Amino acid sequence: MAALVTLRNVKKSYVRGKQKVEVLHGVDLEVEAGEFTALMGPSGSGKTTMLNLMAGLDQPTSGEVIVGTDRIDKLSRSALTDWRARNIGFIFQFYNLLPVLTAEANVEVPLLLTTLSRSQRRQRVQTALQLVGLADRAKHKPNELSGGQQQRVAIARAIVSDPTLLVCDEPTGDLDRENAEEIMNLLKALNRSQGKTIVMVTHDPRAAEYATRELHLDKGRLSREEVRHVA
Amino acid sequence: MKYFGLIWAGLWRKKARTIFTMLSIVVAFLLFGLLQGINQGFNQAVQNLNLDRLYVSAKSDMTDGLPIAYLERIKAVPGVRAVSYWSYFGGYYQNSNNALPAFATDAEQLFKVYREIKVNPEYIEAMQRTRTGALVSDQLAKQYGWKVGDRIPVGTSIWTNKEGSNTWYFDIVGTFDLSAFGAGFPSFYLNHAYFKEAAAFGDGVVHYYLVGLDKPTLATQVSKQIDTMFENSSYETRTQTESALFQMQMKQIGDINFIANAIVGAVLFTLLFLTANTMMQSVRERTSELAVLKTLGFSDTKVLALVLVEALLLCVFAAAMGLFLASLVFPALKPIFGDFKMPLVVVGFGAGMALVLALVSGLPPAWRARQLNIVDALAGR
Ligand SMILES: Nc1ncnc2c1ncn2[C@@H]1O[C@H](COP(=O)(O)OP(=O)(O)OP(=O)(O)O)[C@@H](O)[C@H]1O
Ligand SMILES: [Mg+2]
Repeated sequence: MAALVTLRNVKKSYVRGKQKVEVLHGVDLEVEAGEFTALMGPSGSGKTTMLNLMAGLDQPTSGEVIVGTDRIDKLSRSALTDWRARNIGFIFQFYNLLPVLTAEANVEVPLLLTTLSRSQRRQRVQTALQLVGLADRAKHKPNELSGGQQQRVAIARAIVSDPTLLVCDEPTGDLDRENAEEIMNLLKALNRSQGKTIVMVTHDPRAAEYATRELHLDKGRLSREEVRHVA
Repeated sequence: MKYFGLIWAGLWRKKARTIFTMLSIVVAFLLFGLLQGINQGFNQAVQNLNLDRLYVSAKSDMTDGLPIAYLERIKAVPGVRAVSYWSYFGGYYQNSNNALPAFATDAEQLFKVYREIKVNPEYIEAMQRTRTGALVSDQLAKQYGWKVGDRIPVGTSIWTNKEGSNTWYFDIVGTFDLSAFGAGFPSFYLNHAYFKEAAAFGDGVVHYYLVGLDKPTLATQVSKQIDTMFENSSYETRTQTESALFQMQMKQIGDINFIANAIVGAVLFTLLFLTANTMMQSVRERTSELAVLKTLGFSDTKVLALVLVEALLLCVFAAAMGLFLASLVFPALKPIFGDFKMPLVVVGFGAGMALVLALVSGLPPAWRARQLNIVDALAGR
């Protein structure tokens, strides 16, 4: 099976003042469609940086980034923006919902960029909210929802436009145990029953257990890998 | 416009602040609308004045008056179409608080000079038949409840009559429509012949001769001719056009044009900073929200447009409110300026200013939003 995400000798460095700091020192990686990958590693090891590269939020200093059939490291800034809208669903640690919009309006935001009609958008939003179990909270604003509920709205927003790849940066980082488990079960269900490919950065070994594969990043290099065979 | 909900919600993210900013804009544009409207009203009033009318008064001081004997000599000047005159009578009705703009005149000739005044010819005839007759404006008649046929007492502290009384009696013989003129225009006319005869003194002194010309182009020539005619006599004259007279009176109120522009300029300048500050603050607060929009696939240009349209919505809506409120005030100014509406040019200029305000206050934060780097903004850098 062909890989969905391929990183080839990817290097990324940042320039701070006069100093150039290399964060990723030539990462090689393949993620196959349908995999649920957990990316772990100490703080500052470059996990977010790597995730951003796969998601087309940032460009590598050198190396190739291929997602599906697209060489996204070759795309222009504006082409990359369009590409993200079509291919990537994002889930962040702090949910990053728009506080002024209701849950359903938040979920609708990615669909505003499509050619779907108003009623088609409604339909999709409804389905996504049902999938995360929040259909009854559609009219609530984020500050009227718990952290776990907000993250579920964020998940609905991430899947509403049916992206190729879901990227999550510490999705349970701001949640208590119970809520974290709920979110992880939801992601697992999306992976197992909907076949969503997920790459998730996490510090939490318990969260990583839900993944089918575990990668470790250390000082900008992939150090070891475990493949789990879960049902 | 599917992005409207997004923009609208963004606009109201801090309700109190948006309302405060909006109110400031409303008040500023209300002020602008009123001042510029009044200013335009004055200019228009000056332009609407008839250039084919001249006013002849005593050169030394209007209150000195001129002899009634000048009438025939002025009439004889070539280019003069009609001549009437005003002798100030003043007076009051019932008590001295109800001052009357009463003038002794030759009403028939007066209506020939002021062809804008609408009057029933029968009333003019009645006036000529009735020595003690009086013609009053519709508005004045309404104000005091006078009807044709009423005999009314008019008190005066100046003109004692030959019976030694300070109360005169006049018979209302007709009314006229004065709506072409603003407040302050004489609206109570009595027969000059009666005034001259019945007043204990004054010999029918005339304060203004009102000269109607054949055509406006004659104004300079005829006024020179009249003044030359009475030069070196014991009553020298000064002849002015209507607009010169009006402008002279307005100068006493001050340079309205300048004041209006200065106030409006200062207010708008302040407003610019206020609005720009609101917009900048609002964009700063939602750095991460804008970054999320970009993450989800909103292009830099789209994000710029969202912020700019938000500023436009705020400014244009509030400015429209302000101008609308100003236009509501205008009918109340009708007694001062006569027929008067919010001039379209003021509305147009106001709209232009609202756009400039929106662009100048919205562009810096919109540009900032456009330039926002996603990765840095998400990481809180
Ligand atoms: N835009 C940037 N400019 C400068 N330095 C950066 C930038 N982005 C990341 N870095 C640096 O790169 C290194 C890796 O950052 P990254 O955010 O990828 O780490 P991480 O593994 O996600 O850490 P954490 O677990 O704390 O989120 C850090 O030292 C960070 O300071
Ligand atoms: Mg990170």
